[in-house]
Amino acid sequence: MLLIACPYCGPRPELEFSHGGEAHIARPEAPADVGADDWGAYLYLRANARGLHAERWRHTHGCARFFNALRDTTTDKFLATYECGQPRPHLGEPS
Amino acid sequence: MQRFSAFQLFKQGLAGQAGWKPQWRSPEPKASYDAVIIGGGGHGLGAAYYLAKQHGLRNIAVVEKGWLGGGNTGRNTTIIRSNYLFGESAALYDHAVKLWEGLSRELNYNVMFSQRGVLTLAHNVHDVQVLGRHIHANRANGVDNEWLTPEEAKAFCPPLNIAANIRYPVLGGALQRRGGTARHDAVAWGYARAADALGVDILENCEVIGIRRGVGGAVEAVETTRGLIQTRKIGVSAAGHTSVVLDLAGVRLPLESYPLQALVSEPVKPVFPCVVMSNTIHAYISQSDKGELVIGAGTDIYTSYTQRGGLHISQHTLEAICELFPAFRRLKMLRNWGGIVDLTPDRSPIVGKTPVRGLYVNCGWGTGGFKATPGAAHTFAWTIAKDEPHPINAPFTLERFREGRLIDEAAAAAVAH
Repeated sequence: MLLIACPYCGPRPELEFSHGGEAHIARPEAPADVGADDWGAYLYLRANARGLHAERWRHTHGCARFFNALRDTTTDKFLATYECGQPRPHLGEPS
Repeated sequence: MQRFSAFQLFKQGLAGQAGWKPQWRSPEPKASYDAVIIGGGGHGLGAAYYLAKQHGLRNIAVVEKGWLGGGNTGRNTTIIRSNYLFGESAALYDHAVKLWEGLSRELNYNVMFSQRGVLTLAHNVHDVQVLGRHIHANRANGVDNEWLTPEEAKAFCPPLNIAANIRYPVLGGALQRRGGTARHDAVAWGYARAADALGVDILENCEVIGIRRGVGGAVEAVETTRGLIQTRKIGVSAAGHTSVVLDLAGVRLPLESYPLQALVSEPVKPVFPCVVMSNTIHAYISQSDKGELVIGAGTDIYTSYTQRGGLHISQHTLEAICELFPAFRRLKMLRNWGGIVDLTPDRSPIVGKTPVRGLYVNCGWGTGGFKATPGAAHTFAWTIAKDEPHPINAPFTLERFREGRLIDEAAAAAVAH
């Protein structure tokens, strides 16, 4: 079981959380102006990164707040957790 | 190919079993092939076999980064069924079941397909109604499925606990008698041996590290750890790693890869005659011919490529199994493992062309790809050979996510399956 550091509550067991998928996917501001390609991409296409992955978590059975995390999907190790609205941290990786 | 038969077994027995040859060659990669399949699991090897057998393409390679059947082909719980809700799915999965029925003979390889029946349990009124809907939909699509009362379910599967006072009592179940299990390794090996006999080169320990595109963006070569291979057609059957492979060609997919765990008990004498699944309490179980109880459940909650998951997922599964089958409470679990499954948003697969010319993909089978192996491979080979959809895989295009024509088996079953 993962130990996840909620930015508001500190480290808690995975059972308290739900996973919210890839982070930093912005909803188009004017959906009516977006074509089928871009709308389909927004809804469904995902990086599914092997390696560093920015993702949303929700501390459902705790503070109930959403936050973002940077995790390595080849080891499941968390490198950072941060509040929603903050940019993805760069931890020395090539941008 | 050295054919297997009772006579061969007898003859080789007289010679001390010393005359058996390797079942497939280990060739060096050639400089070019007419088609290259990426992924040496059942789906990829099967596609190579049908390309060679039915479409006359003999100059083919299957490239596999590890060993054959070492991915999800060797990591699943081997359940085969076709009782899906929608017509498109029923056609695809039942095509597979029909091929399973003749596969051992077709490949001259015993894949140990055993139609012992798949029983899906209902635990509440909603389950009873949903399974009823499934049974009627399946029958309308020509797929067998029938309702069993708790007593009939108990008669069909004697270890089942149908007491009324358990947390999730059994109110009945839907039985697909044509469903069952097969021997997972034998499927990969059988396809590999048959494909090799038709001239297909099987290249193990050969990881794809690049896909080269030429004029008009069409594929022209794959870069591998064993050298550059020229080809005009690439078929990708890389399961949980499909996103990684297609990223090499600049194609993004509606896939997310999750760990799916399974486990087996210590081997015991035959105690379990069928396959039992429960979507509500989320567990499934059968008994292998070695005697191990083969148990599985849902995915972990986060995306990962680690081929392992949290122990609490297996614990939850075993709690459900022990309540349904109290006799198994004292069994020890022998092994626990994970595979990486590629889930699509609608939990239906993607089989067909990609925006890149000459690049084809067979992915998104999620938690239920094994059952589809022959059907997926057969229709995928058609698509690669003719550069057009097979009537059965035509609804399962990548474009459906652009056009909104989803085949929403996720909502239909309420679980990842």
